[in-house]
Amino acid sequence: MAINWFKYSAPSTFYVLAGKLIPWFAWPAAILFFVGMYIGFFVAPTDAVQSEAYRIIFIHVPASILSMIIYLVMAGYAALGLVFNTRLSSMMATALAPTGALFAFISLWTGALWGKPMWGAWWVWDARLTSELILLFLYLGFIALQASIEDPRRADRAGALLAIVGSVNVPIIYFSVQWWNTLHQGSTIKLSGTSMHIAMQQAMFTMLAAMWLYVITVALMRVRSIILERERNTQWVADLAEVKQ
Amino acid sequence: MNWTEFFAMKGYGLYVWGSYGAALLVLVIEIILVRHKRKLTLQQLRLKFVAENQMRDAENME
Amino acid sequence: MSNLSLHGLMALVISRDLTLAMRRRSDVLTTLIFFVMVVSLFPLAVGSEIEMLRKMAPGVVWVAALLASMLSLGRMFSADYLDGTLEQMLLVPQSLSMLVLSKIIAHWMLSGLPLVLIAPVLGLQFDMAGDALLIMVVALLLGTPVLSMVGAIGAALTLGLRGGGVLVSLLVLPLCIPVLIFGTGAVAAITDGMSAAANLSLLGAFLLMSLLFTPWVAAQALRISME
Repeated sequence: MAINWFKYSAPSTFYVLAGKLIPWFAWPAAILFFVGMYIGFFVAPTDAVQSEAYRIIFIHVPASILSMIIYLVMAGYAALGLVFNTRLSSMMATALAPTGALFAFISLWTGALWGKPMWGAWWVWDARLTSELILLFLYLGFIALQASIEDPRRADRAGALLAIVGSVNVPIIYFSVQWWNTLHQGSTIKLSGTSMHIAMQQAMFTMLAAMWLYVITVALMRVRSIILERERNTQWVADLAEVKQ
Repeated sequence: MNWTEFFAMKGYGLYVWGSYGAALLVLVIEIILVRHKRKLTLQQLRLKFVAENQMRDAENME
Repeated sequence: MSNLSLHGLMALVISRDLTLAMRRRSDVLTTLIFFVMVVSLFPLAVGSEIEMLRKMAPGVVWVAALLASMLSLGRMFSADYLDGTLEQMLLVPQSLSMLVLSKIIAHWMLSGLPLVLIAPVLGLQFDMAGDALLIMVVALLLGTPVLSMVGAIGAALTLGLRGGGVLVSLLVLPLCIPVLIFGTGAVAAITDGMSAAANLSLLGAFLLMSLLFTPWVAAQALRISME
């Protein structure tokens, strides 16, 4: 069966499709979230070294992973929009940015709360935390640039170029921060020196899946508003039931 | 295990619940903001189309 | 203009930018004074303990250089944008990337090079040793052009935007962190009795990579902003 994917890249079609898809991502996200919490708190045993504080990683690690993945996906969508001039992919990039920044923030916040009992300080200039902070800066730059450009077409294209430059830079930044960290202090702490209990892994992957589905849900919700705004002068928007009522 | 013990998290309660609480809070806030944004967009669109229809009607009258 | 060779055109753009800047010398001086001032504030803020100052010196100089070069980024394209020269440049048959590169070179000569030249004097204020001073100047020579080149992308993207000045710093500063790390690392290596070669060659690699890509990227950014 050949599905015409390009059909769905038209904003009018995708608007309807996204509306239908949202519950299919939202409910599994909520269910997996509760399952992950249950495994994380009631099945996973207490860690020998970190006691109960290690349970923070069930949020911290998925949030960190996602904040990086969202940046790459965002840059990918933005690049698609820049090269093939597909408006929808540019809108997806714009829709993903705030959620990515939010996950970078959650990663930093939980990292600090984990660091206080483990390292004795709210903030340690550890390579991973520092890179995460710079990633947050990159998100904020992208959002600020798009927000200050009024012409949506220019905003899409300028944001895309910035996101591409940023994603090329991320490995360089990570590498240089790592180098800087080994030079200045040896405080890079491995999350789990001991082998992880199977339930701990299950909790982490369940939470990762839940958050991943959450990101898709929120991005779809946000992109629907963006589509409506950008297409407000078209007939199909005027014909929408939710607009007419 | 009783609940007081559970919430105390062996003395790490502040850190653990601080993490989960803050994460949950910002995610809930994000969802509220996104839904509010949608409501606002729809409202503006409705106003816009109502205004346009009135303009058109007024032109037809003339 | 089309019978000019590429090099002739590049030289023309550079000398034009330099001449224009010489007519408005205060702009160049402001950047330099800002740099000197920021560096001089640090001993006042953290105390004059010589051991600590010596350790801080490369970091302070680099951060100040980073901030100072952000200040002048807004001017890289804006004058040409306002008087219509930039529009003409987009139509020139020669490659736009090369024209952008010329603008970057001119910008560096006006805002990067003066910082490099005055840095040793500031280093003396922080009681830096001779070999550390030398390495710092070499590192700045390799690193400040990268700041101008990465900055050109930010300047091109924010062309004509309200509040572009602050925005350009927000976009460019995170991207400049590797230069900062290896620039200060070079001096730290020397003062710790190690070789600065690794840091300097990485800075050199950044310089070459930026030379290859950033003029083209900044040219694309200009096209996006000028549409």
